[in-house]
Amino acid sequence: MAADKGQTKKNGQSSQMAAMRQVLRYIRRYWLMVGFSLALAAVTVVLTLYVPILTGDAVDLLLGEGMVAFPAVFSIMKKIGIAVAVTALSQWVMNTCNNHITYHVVKDIREDAFEKLEKLPLKYLDAHAYGDIVSRVVADVDTFADGLLMGFTQLFTGVLTIIGTLIFMMVTNVPIALVVVCITPVSFLVARFIATRTYSMFKLQSEIRGEQTSLIEETIGNQKIVKTFSREEAVKSQFGEINDRLQGCSLQAIFFSSITNPATRFVNSLVYAGVGIFGAFVAIRGGISVGRLSCFLSYANQYTKPFNEISGVVTELQNALACAARIFELIDQEPQVPDAQDAKVLTDAAGNVALENVYFSYVPERKLIQNFNLTVKPGQRVAIVGPTGCGKTTVINLLMRFYDVDSGQIRVDGTDIRDITRGSLRTSYGMVLQETWLRSGTIRDNIRMGKPGATESEVLRAAQAAHAHSFIKRLPQGYDTVITEDGGSLSQGQKQLLCIARVMLCLPPMLILDEATSSIDTRTEMRIQNAFARMMEGRTSFIVAHRLSTIQEADIILVMKDGNIIEQGSHQALLEQKGFYSTLYHSQFEG
Amino acid sequence: MNRLMKYLSDYKRESVLAPLFKLLEAFFELLVPLVMASIIDRGINAGGAGGADTGHIWRMGLCLLALAIVGLVSSITAQFFAAKAAVGFSAKLRQALFDHIQGLDFTNIDKAGTSTMITRMTSDVNQIQSGVNLVLRLFLRSPIIVFGAMIMAFTIDVKSALVFVVAIPLLAIVVFGIMIWTMPLYKKVQANLDKVLGITRENLTGVRVIRAFHQEEVEEGRFRGFTKALADSQIFVGKISAVMNPVTYVIVNGAIIFLIYIGAVQVNVGNLTQGEVVAIINYMSQILVELVKLANLIITVTKALACADRVAGVFEIQNQERLAAVQLEGASGGRVQETQTEAVLGETDQGMAESSESAGTVADGISGSVPFLQFDHVSLTYAGAGAETLHDIHFSVNKGETIGVIGGTGSGKSSLVSLIPGFYPVTGGHLRLEGRDVSRIPEDELRGMVGMVPQKAVLFKGTIRSNLQWGKPDATEEEMWRAIDTAQAREVVEGKRGKLDAEIAQNGKNLSGGQRQRLTIARALVRSPRILILDDSASALDYATDAKLRNAIRGLEGQTTTFIVSQRASSIRHADKIVVLDDGEMAGIGTHDELLENCEVYREIYFSQYPEERLKAAGAGNGTSGNETSGSGNDRTEKGGQSHGSR
Repeated sequence: MAADKGQTKKNGQSSQMAAMRQVLRYIRRYWLMVGFSLALAAVTVVLTLYVPILTGDAVDLLLGEGMVAFPAVFSIMKKIGIAVAVTALSQWVMNTCNNHITYHVVKDIREDAFEKLEKLPLKYLDAHAYGDIVSRVVADVDTFADGLLMGFTQLFTGVLTIIGTLIFMMVTNVPIALVVVCITPVSFLVARFIATRTYSMFKLQSEIRGEQTSLIEETIGNQKIVKTFSREEAVKSQFGEINDRLQGCSLQAIFFSSITNPATRFVNSLVYAGVGIFGAFVAIRGGISVGRLSCFLSYANQYTKPFNEISGVVTELQNALACAARIFELIDQEPQVPDAQDAKVLTDAAGNVALENVYFSYVPERKLIQNFNLTVKPGQRVAIVGPTGCGKTTVINLLMRFYDVDSGQIRVDGTDIRDITRGSLRTSYGMVLQETWLRSGTIRDNIRMGKPGATESEVLRAAQAAHAHSFIKRLPQGYDTVITEDGGSLSQGQKQLLCIARVMLCLPPMLILDEATSSIDTRTEMRIQNAFARMMEGRTSFIVAHRLSTIQEADIILVMKDGNIIEQGSHQALLEQKGFYSTLYHSQFEG
Repeated sequence: MNRLMKYLSDYKRESVLAPLFKLLEAFFELLVPLVMASIIDRGINAGGAGGADTGHIWRMGLCLLALAIVGLVSSITAQFFAAKAAVGFSAKLRQALFDHIQGLDFTNIDKAGTSTMITRMTSDVNQIQSGVNLVLRLFLRSPIIVFGAMIMAFTIDVKSALVFVVAIPLLAIVVFGIMIWTMPLYKKVQANLDKVLGITRENLTGVRVIRAFHQEEVEEGRFRGFTKALADSQIFVGKISAVMNPVTYVIVNGAIIFLIYIGAVQVNVGNLTQGEVVAIINYMSQILVELVKLANLIITVTKALACADRVAGVFEIQNQERLAAVQLEGASGGRVQETQTEAVLGETDQGMAESSESAGTVADGISGSVPFLQFDHVSLTYAGAGAETLHDIHFSVNKGETIGVIGGTGSGKSSLVSLIPGFYPVTGGHLRLEGRDVSRIPEDELRGMVGMVPQKAVLFKGTIRSNLQWGKPDATEEEMWRAIDTAQAREVVEGKRGKLDAEIAQNGKNLSGGQRQRLTIARALVRSPRILILDDSASALDYATDAKLRNAIRGLEGQTTTFIVSQRASSIRHADKIVVLDDGEMAGIGTHDELLENCEVYREIYFSQYPEERLKAAGAGNGTSGNETSGSGNDRTEKGGQSHGSR
């Protein structure tokens, strides 16, 4: 058990190191700026530390009545003024540099992550919750940015300040410096002690928060159902119970963690008192001037601050690295096999599609498609029917090469689709899916998606063919109406009409319709079917449908069950067979 | 932020005590330079008469230690009260927010997006919590230190203290000026981040379409644009925020230069001692330390304020309709009576005099007394929508009848049935349940009568039992099984380990669509509703199960009035009445056979699903077209036909 723990800790550390290396690779692009920023940090720290010395020197000149050497005081004042001006300037430039580096690194990482997203195999995307991926690209990168920025601005200057202060103190007076060196580690110990105590409380807090968030998601996401059953009060009290628990544990976590500051401030005061007493005795013996002592005191005032900050930064950085590791995990995912150099670009496909001995399964343990064979001649219509989960949509995943076959091959116009560029293969198909997806933007942009250069009249024609024109016309801004993510106010059926218009505009040589009209009422569907029929003329098409009425015209009907084709033939032929299809067909007239 | 302050009112004591102890701590901290000055002047006494006083140094040293300890204790006490107030505040706020959302009506739920509600309840409230905590701890401590330092300076030397009087307002202008300047900029950054989030989500949900249209590179370009806008806005606001530290540094050190000069003059004339000058300079640098701390936290506070705005925005969503209804209720109790009698009158003479349409339907509904449910020229316009969704819907329903509702996509089927439980207020005409206007029936009573099966089959995390209890909290085992049987869900429940106590994951993800749908039907049936509404809720069931379900519902004990909304003609053809909707208007009402004869829209729907029947009907239909039994139905059919033709 203990060994296990050690192991995971080690793993955690090594993954943190790996993440660190990757972060450094991203930062390296801005090395010039990083160097500049570091130099400025050094200037800032040295000057910040030099100012109290100057002040101390000035104080030393104020010995008493009539004993002030004004010219010397003036020259020190001038020095202070210059030092302060330079410090302020370099501090501002440094901060700006750090901002620049941080946000550009973050931008680079995000863009790489997104680029990877576009290249990841669907196998990966289908298997991961979208919410998780989104939170990696957005929230995790954000936390990372915060940590990185803090690291830049506070870690450098913090470390430099500590080193600089130590050097200055050592140079000025060794014994008093030793007093400071001896007391300060106490502050570290205190911070560490509190951090380990509060860790478990914070963990508990985030657990309860997670519980609460999923309740919020469930109830507010389905608010209408909650109201339908008048469950508001029940849900409220359920929420209240979790909220009370959260309150209790948050209080503990926040209170204990907030002791850190007073505690380190206390250590700070100890240092101050130590320097004061010890320094006073040294001063009596003439080992230090009063001015230098005041300078020491001002160091003592600021000296523990960087310690505080560094311990804060370290936890923040650890958090940031943990987040970075999650992003890099995404960026490091193996992308889909890239198109071969000599891959063929498919243009004007005739529409010969052949599946030969195709085997495929999503998970090796659950066999799905086995020894699937099919030859489709140009212009033929293929309908695929069968109960849910029989593999209809899988066939389409394979045709579009969203997934690659395990064995066997799929050929279009005689070429294995793995030897064709993905882009040209996919654009040769026009696809309408059951799940309608529209991009946020105007209606026109959505229709033009597959053919950005389409003219206005082409767009209009496509919309009319899809019977979408009449409802678009009635929208407040017509074709310029901006629709939000997921189509927002449009009904499911209207969204599907837009998806159909999108394909109608491109008129690719082959078609895939996966439950393309499932949300459209049967009357409109009939009219669209006519449009489809015209479109399908001379085009090889694959149609998946629940409603058997929509596929009777097909040249080949494939009846699938459990990944296999169990029947194959035309509507009439299959009815005469009196097999599975015929039962399926007749069941819709019962009741 | 002001609106949210009331949630802090329960923690008044803590909110006062926290800064008070901070004040104590600051006070002790402010004494430190004085003690130090005394060590220098009396203890070291460099160049003064009488030499050094070591005893004094020890005494004052102990004094410093004591001040440190007292400071620590009061500071920890302050942290405790601050934490308690902040956590208590956010807990109250979160609960109030949740309760508020629970109280929103359907119109408002439509308006408010789920995902933004969730972020507002979670991350925004958390940000506010840390903001409140910091304000209690630091925003009050800092002014105390700053002004305290000034007052202490006055006690030492008035002339030097005047430097503080100039420096402090300057510092305030810089700190608050930058805060006010950057706040809207931070909101802009947040909005840019939202866009990055949006496109990422979009690309995941639409991955198949994007790849099918080979749009990967286009999307990458769009994403680049968004991240660039985000980085630019972040860098811009960063540049401004970065001004704060250097400028405050310059002001404080400029003040120190002045202090040295004034000190030099004062010491020279004998008004000040060396130790006193050190003390005054110490006070000034204390201000600097305090400001640096403040600057680091100001971003947190600025963010918290921006979040508070967003949260307050949720509270601003108010149910206007209900307010109006309450006012009406308050106006007169007698008015309810009035409308009731009016309603009865409406059916007797007024209805006859009106149009032939309404006479027809009333005749349908007459069973001696008031019909069970009556749509009286009902229309519905959704809030913010330009056009009516339902127009002049007029029919009545008798107890125990089964009503089918059919129509094309977007014809208003779901809207029609959602009026019955009062989800949306009727905007024209009246909807009456046993003669009472639905808008006057208390929400709970009304919803208690209705069993609704929504289109989207959603179950909640818990067990099958806990989900069924949504329908009826005190349902017995027997009632549950009866509902399960009626909903054809016995095999689903028996197939799960634990039967009724089988675990259900969030959103019912561990069940298939059909299984979920049957359980949601059972959930509605558990309460033995007087009105059962199936809103296209058998779409995931195969035809055979769908038929069995309908048979079982028909056989229910008691007189359950059932509404079945469907696109499948087979689901509704046996209903007692079928309402045909076309573009929000009633295109016809009647039985399957009547409608086949009279209603063009219905015929089209039916034949599109049963092409073979068209041939049969074409032969038989001619002979019976003049049927007189539903002459009024003919009127409507014509109307439906016209509106259809005009499309």
